[in-house]
Amino acid sequence: MMAATAQQQQTATTVMTNVEAVRTTLHDALARDDRVLIMGEDVGARGNVFLITKGFLEEFGPQRVVDTPLAEASIVGVAIGMAMEGLRPIAEIQFADFIYPAFNQIVGEAAKTRYRSNGDYTCPLVIRTPYGGGVRGALSHSVSIEALFYHVPGLTILAPSTPADVKGLLNAAIECPDPVLFLEHKKTYRSVKGEVPGGYYTIPIGKADVKKAGTQVSVVSYGYNLHQALDAANRLEGEGVSVEVIDLRSIRPMDKTTILDSVRKTRKLLIVHEDNKFGGIGAEISAMVAEEALFELDAPIRRLAGPDVPAMGYAHPLEEEFMISTDEMAEAMKALAKY
Amino acid sequence: MAATTITMPQLGETVTEGTVAQWLKKPGDSVEKYEAFVEVSTDKVNAEVPAPVTGVIRELIVKEGETVPTGAPIAIIDEVGAATPPPTGSGSPSEQVAGAAGNASKAEANRQASDEPVPGGNVGLGGPSYSAPPSGSGASNGSGASSGTVANGVRVSPAVRRLAREHQIDLAHVRGTGDHGRITANDILAAAKAGPSAGVAATITADNAEYTAPAPRQPAAAKPAYTSAQPGDLIPLTQARKIIAQRMVESKHTAPHAWTMVEVDVTNVWKWRVREKDAFEKAYGVKLTLLPFFIRAVVESLARFPLMNSSFTDEGIRVHRDVNVGIAIAADGNLVVPVIRHTDQLSVKGIALAAGELIEKARRGKLGADDLAGGTFTVNNTGANGAILSAPILVPGQTAIVTTEAVVKRPVVRDDDSIAVRSMMNVCMSLDHRVVDGAVASGFLSDLKKRLEAMGPAGSL
Amino acid sequence: MAKTTATRGRELDRAGLSDEQLVAMLRNMLLQRQLDNRGFQLNRQGKIPFALGSEGHEAVQAGAATAFRRGADVLVPYYRDLGLALGVGMTPFEILSSLFARVTDRSGGRQFPNHYTNHDLGVLSISSIIAGHCTHAVGVAAAFKYRGETGRAVIVSNGEGATSQGEWHESVNFAAVHCLPIVFLVQNNEWAISTPQDMQMKVANVADKAPGYGIPGAVCDGFSPIAAYKAVHEALERARGGSGPTIVEAKCYRFLSHSTDDDDRTYRSRDVIEERRKLDPVPRFEQVLIEAGVIDEARAKALKADVLRETNEATDAAEAQPYPTAESLYTNVVAADYRPWQEFQQ
Repeated sequence: MMAATAQQQQTATTVMTNVEAVRTTLHDALARDDRVLIMGEDVGARGNVFLITKGFLEEFGPQRVVDTPLAEASIVGVAIGMAMEGLRPIAEIQFADFIYPAFNQIVGEAAKTRYRSNGDYTCPLVIRTPYGGGVRGALSHSVSIEALFYHVPGLTILAPSTPADVKGLLNAAIECPDPVLFLEHKKTYRSVKGEVPGGYYTIPIGKADVKKAGTQVSVVSYGYNLHQALDAANRLEGEGVSVEVIDLRSIRPMDKTTILDSVRKTRKLLIVHEDNKFGGIGAEISAMVAEEALFELDAPIRRLAGPDVPAMGYAHPLEEEFMISTDEMAEAMKALAKY
Repeated sequence: MAATTITMPQLGETVTEGTVAQWLKKPGDSVEKYEAFVEVSTDKVNAEVPAPVTGVIRELIVKEGETVPTGAPIAIIDEVGAATPPPTGSGSPSEQVAGAAGNASKAEANRQASDEPVPGGNVGLGGPSYSAPPSGSGASNGSGASSGTVANGVRVSPAVRRLAREHQIDLAHVRGTGDHGRITANDILAAAKAGPSAGVAATITADNAEYTAPAPRQPAAAKPAYTSAQPGDLIPLTQARKIIAQRMVESKHTAPHAWTMVEVDVTNVWKWRVREKDAFEKAYGVKLTLLPFFIRAVVESLARFPLMNSSFTDEGIRVHRDVNVGIAIAADGNLVVPVIRHTDQLSVKGIALAAGELIEKARRGKLGADDLAGGTFTVNNTGANGAILSAPILVPGQTAIVTTEAVVKRPVVRDDDSIAVRSMMNVCMSLDHRVVDGAVASGFLSDLKKRLEAMGPAGSL
Repeated sequence: MAKTTATRGRELDRAGLSDEQLVAMLRNMLLQRQLDNRGFQLNRQGKIPFALGSEGHEAVQAGAATAFRRGADVLVPYYRDLGLALGVGMTPFEILSSLFARVTDRSGGRQFPNHYTNHDLGVLSISSIIAGHCTHAVGVAAAFKYRGETGRAVIVSNGEGATSQGEWHESVNFAAVHCLPIVFLVQNNEWAISTPQDMQMKVANVADKAPGYGIPGAVCDGFSPIAAYKAVHEALERARGGSGPTIVEAKCYRFLSHSTDDDDRTYRSRDVIEERRKLDPVPRFEQVLIEAGVIDEARAKALKADVLRETNEATDAAEAQPYPTAESLYTNVVAADYRPWQEFQQ
């Protein structure tokens, strides 16, 4: 009786927000694996600026929850060294906007460690960072960075949108033997709630998820936009328009199969991402679909994306102009369905 | 004693030539492996070059101060008792290295930034940079679809194009339910689903207004009701029948049909045909009817009256360059009009063979999209079943259609007032009165009559 | 700031080193000089596209390598550390395989020459990005501390030019704040390609910056292997004992151009180089050992002949190896058994 209950508790789901999913996953990882440690600015005493690691310092000690100097290049670089030496460090960049000094280490070093040493050394490193706007973060607390990195072979880029996916993919990232950039959309931290299974599990890296099935239009998205796309699609369902919404989850490697299967079914593709349009990941998806499924397409591929300006401004009209509204998405879906 | 030729090394990755600054040895001198024997200068470095073998200098090929390209021979050394045997295998990298090293580094240089790759400085991430065409700024939304308006011809998506081909659907007869009347993939699939045998031949309308006639891909064997209609039957409309009906109505309601005819004395051409037919059939396995002779005359007359080979469009009367004559064929309760492409380039024999092939295909239900596309003029052998007068309906998009009526032996009064029995054939024509009037039409028919009556019996196919 | 120099003459401050160790140091220096030379020779023969010289660095590297504890310490070198690489156990065959870019090179012919990797010996894989390796070295030291592995330390090596990079500064700072077991060995050969030291920094000694980080700094004679050994050894002992990092600056000189693609005649005078050549550490240390009675002339000659023989054999052996295949380009981007499509586990 007791055992059964314990097992039930073990696999029972809990409703939590995205930020809580990050928190519990990190906590469990520290508890589970001695090689795992967290390092970054303000992750220790402060417990992270979003309180993700609150209490961790007290529980696990300063060796495992390391407050680093204010120096992103070395946050990542030192973590690389630790990973090369066999630990499983999780480095945090406080905001994605601050990642640029670490670009050298991420792209020039981490991504190439296994390759340049022909397997003599590996780099099982996770870099976590909150990204995205809609929180009045202005020019330097709102950017999306996936397009800067997804180009680089040797890197894995993840961007889950729901709490269950956050947990599964973060666990997978920690397990992954190669460097992972783990992106958390900060607007979804507290605004997105969902059921999360208990116990330890991973979600396959490189697999997208059809969050809503449909027949007339395929929509690919991730992050905060994903939730908006679902809202728009559900609204349109009531109007007789059937939209399929695919949560990309993994930006690199990217799930071509799920996207192509969907496009073959609906013949119409809309890609939605907050990031600037030019050279955003929608460009790669469009090229890939055109290359592999041109003769399935019954309409041009559409990208609904951020404007090509450096960043969203602080004033609310500027931010709203930059961010894509749910209405805009619904309109785009409807127009494509009608085409 | 092996002679080794020394070549100008590549000193520096972008270097293509070198100058012999100073010989450190002269012919007859001995030299050790790795001992410097010449000083070379390039625009990047000056360096002493070590000898690759131990031996005696036999010849200095290049003079001091002379510049030669990388890889050019500069000296010959007679190898003496080589300390180590040369590397095995002619394919071994070492022997190719003198040039290969240079090539490898050239390739490297190509792959890297224009700055020399120097580990002392950060190596450029290199590679050519492409500038992409600028995209529009500002958030894009889902609207602003390409203008696929009907006026420019039906613009079809890749999926529609493919599905139409696969399901043998004629796009000209699919009603589009998409934006601005665009034909959607679902429209094609719906059209294909209607009727199990989907018996409508596929024609892909390109962005020109040429018309292609519908035809069943396979005779509607699954619909015996039509061919064995009984009183009281309500015969369901096949896809083919629907489309035929649609086109007939369209034709009649679009083009004001005018009609005219001539009587043609085909006695001589008939004789010609009779003379040839057995040998022809034996040689080619194809029946030689009067049709190819007739069509040959038609294309010659069309050359004189090109307006008869045209289409009426809102932009103007398009006079076609190509002459593609369609032959109306009845097949299993349906009408098909396969087309002989470039009929004007064929002789009677060529026409006979082409027509024979098409007729055979029609019989077997094997006509493809290409067989049915692009007709500019149509001939219908209504006389096959004995008619002597017909009023054919124009194929939509064409200006004229002619019929060959039954060949009947009649007594006729000849020019010299004598009476003779001649084989007479009526040729009837319906025409689009928007394009041509009676004068042009009858001019064409008269010309046709003259040619036919001038043919044979001693002509060649 | 400590300064150590070795004395000449029969009274040799051998810093506790045995005769074998001293002779091994000399041999290391001779081998480094010979291999260095061989690289240039092969390049001038047109057989390899690129080579980097390290003449002038033999003493400091032999000394540091002697202080390095094999099987425990980790070396994070830079591209001029041929002597250090040899000194911690890499072989001439490996070195030449790298020069020839053959498949026997541990990086599979991918890396530039002198970008060694050898996990078994504790030589960390590096890139060409100056000071990019410094944070990694700190990370390795952090891992030692994390695991409570006292007695292990890291030597990170670079030239004085690298100390201008932000990441060098960040590395020293991080190591200092977290008291990590690491020695920052700066081999100051006065030139970063064509940039002399006084255009690289305002201070006379890199080690002068150490107090700025709250850690000790030491300047040593990089032309004396024993002096270099002493300084590095002391710093390593501090590190292993848990007292944190040290900056050890070894003064030496770069006798040659930066690489086979550089011609230093455009920015250095021959006279100055000739003057400094008089202090060339390799013949000097040979003399020191002869004068101290550790070896005699015949032994010295035999050593040189042996080193030449070893170099020749390794050259021929490496040259005979095949190149990596074109197909090998695609391997080891990510783990070979990396299946992103992992099973959904519960």
